[in-house]
Parts: sequence; structure tokens; C-alpha cells
Amino acid sequence: MGSVATDATAGAVRAAITGRRRDVAGSVFALLLAAALVMSLAFLTVLLVDVGVRGIPVIAERGVGFFTSGTSTSAARAGIDQALVGSLLLAAIVAVVAFPLGIGAAVYLEEYARDTRLTRIITANIRNLAGVPSIVYGILGLVLFVEALGGVLPMRATGNLLSGGLTLAVLVLPIVIITSAEALRAVPSSIREAAYGVGATRWEVIRGHVLPCAAPGVLTGTVLALARAFGETAPLLLVGAVTGFFSTGSAGGVDRLLGSPYTALPVQIFDWTRAPDPAFQDLAAAGIVAMVVALLAVNGFAIWLRNRYERKW
Amino acid sequence: MIEHAGINLSGDPRRRMKERLVHGAFSAAAAVSILIGAAIVVSLLGRALEFLTQIEPGWLLAGGWFPRRNQFGLSTIFAGTLVVAAIAMAVAAPLGLGTAVFLAEYAGPDTRRRLKPIVEILAGIPSIVVGFFALAVISPSVIQRLFDDTGLFNLAAAGIGVGILTVPLIATIAEDAMRAVPGAMREASYGLGARRRSTSLRVVVPAAVSGIVASLIVGFSRAIGETMVVAIVAGGTGGASFTLRPLDFGQTATGAMAALATGSDQVKGVGPAFPSLFFVGLLLFAATFGLNVVSERFVRRVRRSY
Repeated sequence: MGSVATDATAGAVRAAITGRRRDVAGSVFALLLAAALVMSLAFLTVLLVDVGVRGIPVIAERGVGFFTSGTSTSAARAGIDQALVGSLLLAAIVAVVAFPLGIGAAVYLEEYARDTRLTRIITANIRNLAGVPSIVYGILGLVLFVEALGGVLPMRATGNLLSGGLTLAVLVLPIVIITSAEALRAVPSSIREAAYGVGATRWEVIRGHVLPCAAPGVLTGTVLALARAFGETAPLLLVGAVTGFFSTGSAGGVDRLLGSPYTALPVQIFDWTRAPDPAFQDLAAAGIVAMVVALLAVNGFAIWLRNRYERKW
Repeated sequence: MIEHAGINLSGDPRRRMKERLVHGAFSAAAAVSILIGAAIVVSLLGRALEFLTQIEPGWLLAGGWFPRRNQFGLSTIFAGTLVVAAIAMAVAAPLGLGTAVFLAEYAGPDTRRRLKPIVEILAGIPSIVVGFFALAVISPSVIQRLFDDTGLFNLAAAGIGVGILTVPLIATIAEDAMRAVPGAMREASYGLGARRRSTSLRVVVPAAVSGIVASLIVGFSRAIGETMVVAIVAGGTGGASFTLRPLDFGQTATGAMAALATGSDQVKGVGPAFPSLFFVGLLLFAATFGLNVVSERFVRRVRRSY
């Protein structure tokens, strides 16, 4: 009797139950579902292929010049130098501001806060902030980091790299908090209890045990947040990112951060997209290729990090 | 101070001091998030009220949105936003939910492990990229080819683009909700002789309905807040008249804000055009905030039941 459950009998049982009727509706339904998935992925494929077909020839033709020329009113001379430098500096500001604040808030919520009403309000507030449209963060940045900050620091009146970086930092802060909190929650409490048991204080437990155990998850979340900031356009339009031609000059150091106009890769792409000359459309595609390659590399790194170091407790 | 038999047990005072400082620093980091929420509301409210005092109420009822001509027809940007969001949902709801049911109920573990990261990549595509795609491909090769006499800039292309951006959001939230349904319910259904389709549609989907509704609300909220696709392809940069026709060019709340922002150097200081940005921002914030709170309720209901 024990050997009855073979594939052949399973098939026979299924045939007996279904009465050998083909489940046409069921098959059609399964096909429709698969079609939905294929359609979604087809969008991605067509989008990447189209951008690649337009953009890669531009990069091939212009070579290094595309990456080392700045904004220009002539499509043949325009490049992404200023945009790329701007995006990297913005990303650096985001990393310096949003990571410590976000991870700190996550540590507070997971390790210190008791389940009080205030804690629940903070958590709900963070989830709601994550759903606020990015352009609304641009308004916040305009009021806080352009107008208010401009009253304190001597800076470009319509906004500068610092305004842009701080705005993006605030934008990704909820993402950093939520992903870090998830990583901290996944650390089993037995690890904390073991450390408390040998006399560690709360901070010693966190620094020596909880944070190291949660590090891969926290790092993955922060990298993804950085990628999000790298691709944002709308809020930067409100805090002084330049669409159009400008010259960075030889500004360096503090002046570069506070006094100079700036742009970022997605803003540059937006500007080219709007230009009537079709040659700029191809430049926009080339800029997108550069941005997507950078984003895929960053996201791929995050996924690799997660798979390499993630532990199941 | 904790004392026992004359011995101080509360530990090294410097160590305790450090503990308190660290605790304070972490609390401050958490407080920043509350401050941000408050700052958003305050900065929007103050400036929006300022705008309202600068205008005549009739300007808000104009038949179009032309800030430089003092026409702030709210019905125009409401209609534009709704048309774009409705088209986006018409694209994203079937594709997103279909993908979710496929990944949660039909795909084997291997298939799911391979497909899920691709859906996540789709979620990470910046909106500017989809905006370019909408202008370069969707509008000329799809919309203009299907409907003669349509301009390059139209609400339909913007709606499809926003829909593409919304698919992965709906798919991931709905899939999470369906996978949270206990396997025992599926097994009970199969045990009664139900096939996979009936099990999916009559057992799993009803059990996960709160999460599925939440995914659609979040998707809708994302769709009305999406800016770059609309700014590029909806055609409202210089203002637009009231329209409900998807093939017309039009203006949405987010598109109006982007147009005001990119023209800000010329507009700033001249009349109420620039401050209208804050008023539209406040309306948008209120709408998305309301939708998020409602979806949060639905999600909590799923969590409570299992």
C-alpha cells in the first residue's frame, strides 16, 4: 500500500476527479496572469532597448567628451560633466545627513522606545512621510533649505548644492528609517539578552551586537535610498537646480557648495527632453543610459550585499 | 542610585552618563521625523493662506489654469489629475494585480525567486526615464498612431507612463497580502476539490482583500503625486484649459507645480502666480495624506486577521 503514491496514480486520481474534462477557463485565467507579468516586464525591456538604441551611439561617438563637457546650447558640445559631479555631491550630502539620522531614529524606535502612543504616532508619521509625493518635499526644501537657510548663510538666493542635498536627504529619510528598523527587528532578542546577561549596558549591546548583526540589512536599505535620491528630479526643480546653460567656473570648496548654481543628472536629462532640437533628445537618451547603468550597478551591489551577508536566524 | 548592603550598585557614573547621552541622541534622531512632518504642514499652510489672501475667489473658478493671466481654475487641474490617474490605474491595476496573483499563487518558488528582483528593478526606474519614454515612444508610436489628429503632448500618454510606474507598487503590496494568507486555507480549498483558479479567486483573494484594496489606494496616491512624466508629456507647461478628453493636452496638480518651479526665475515676485505653487502643493499633500491613512487602515486589518 505504501508505494501507491506515485506520479502515475496522482495523474490517475486527477483524471478521475476532473472527469477528464479540460479546465479551459482555468488555463485561460493562468495565461492571462502570465500575460500581465510578461506585459509588465515587456515595458521594462522596450524602455531599456529604446533608450539604449538612441543613447549608446551618442556615447560611442562622443566618447569621453560626453562625460567631460558641461552644459551647452549646442547639442554637439553638451555633456554631463556638471550634472554628474552635481549628482555625486548631492549623493554625498544625502549619505552624510540621512544615514546617521535615519539609522539613529530606527535604533531609537526598535531598541529604546516602549510601545506608547507617542511611539505609535512617530511610526505612523514616518510611514506617511514615505508616501508624500516627492515634489511636496521640494516645497519643504524651498521654505527650509533655500529661504530660511539663506537668511543664515551667505548663499545663492535660489538654492545651491547644500539645499538640494538636504532636500533629498529629508526625502529618503523615511526609507532609511523603515528599512533599518526592519533589519534591527530581524536580530533575535536572544543576542541582546546574552549581552545584557554578562553586564553590558544598552548602548554596549547595540554597538557591540545589534548593529553589527543588522549591518547587512541596514546597508542594503541605505544603498537603495541613495539610488532613489540619485534618480529624483521633481524636488530639485524647486530648490535651485538649473535647467539650461550655466557655467560652474573655477568655484571650489565652500563656494561650490553654497554660492554656485548646480544641476543633477536627472535634471539635465529633463532639460534636454524639453529642448526642441531632436539632437538633444538623443543626448537625453545617452544621459539616461549613463544614469541607468549607474543605478543598476548600485542596486545590483545592494542585492549582492543582501545575498552575501544576510543571515537567517 | 541603587544601593544594597551599603554598596552602590548603580555602576560607574561615567558609563551611566554615556548611556544617557546616547539615549538622548537617538531620541533626537527620532524626533527629527516628527519635525519634518510638522515642517511640511507649516510651510504649506502658511504660504497657501498667503496665496489665498492675494487673489480674488473668482480666479479659482476660471475655466483654465493660466497662472500668469490670474486664471487658477482648480477644476482644470483636478480634471487633469483625475484623467491621468484613471488611465494610470486602468493600466496598473490589471497588470499589477495579475502579476501579484501569478507570483503569489501560480509561480513555483524558483520562478518567483527569479522574477521578483526584476519587478523590484522596475520599481527602481526613475520617473524621468519613464517620462522620456512616454514622450519618445508611447505618445508618437502608440497614441498618435491609434488616434489621428492627436498632438504629441496629451494626457493619455502621461497616464500610461504613470501607470507603468505604478505597476510594481501595486504588485508588491498585493502579493505580500496574498502570501500572508495561511497555506491551510488553500489546502482546505484543494481538499474540497477546488481547482487553482477557484482557490485563488474565491479563497485567497477574498481573504487578502484588505491588502489588495490598500495596494490600489497606494497606487492611486502614487499616481496623483507623480510629477516628471506629466511635466514632460502632458503638455500643460504654459497652462491649459479645462478638459476631460484624454487625447487633449492638459494640466495636473503636479504638472502645474513643476511648470511654476521651472519658470520660477521669471515668475517670482510677479503677482500670485508663484505662491499658487504652495496652494496646489497643500491640496496634493492633503489628498495623498488622506489616501495613505485610509490604506494604512486596510493594511492593519489584514495584519489583525492572521
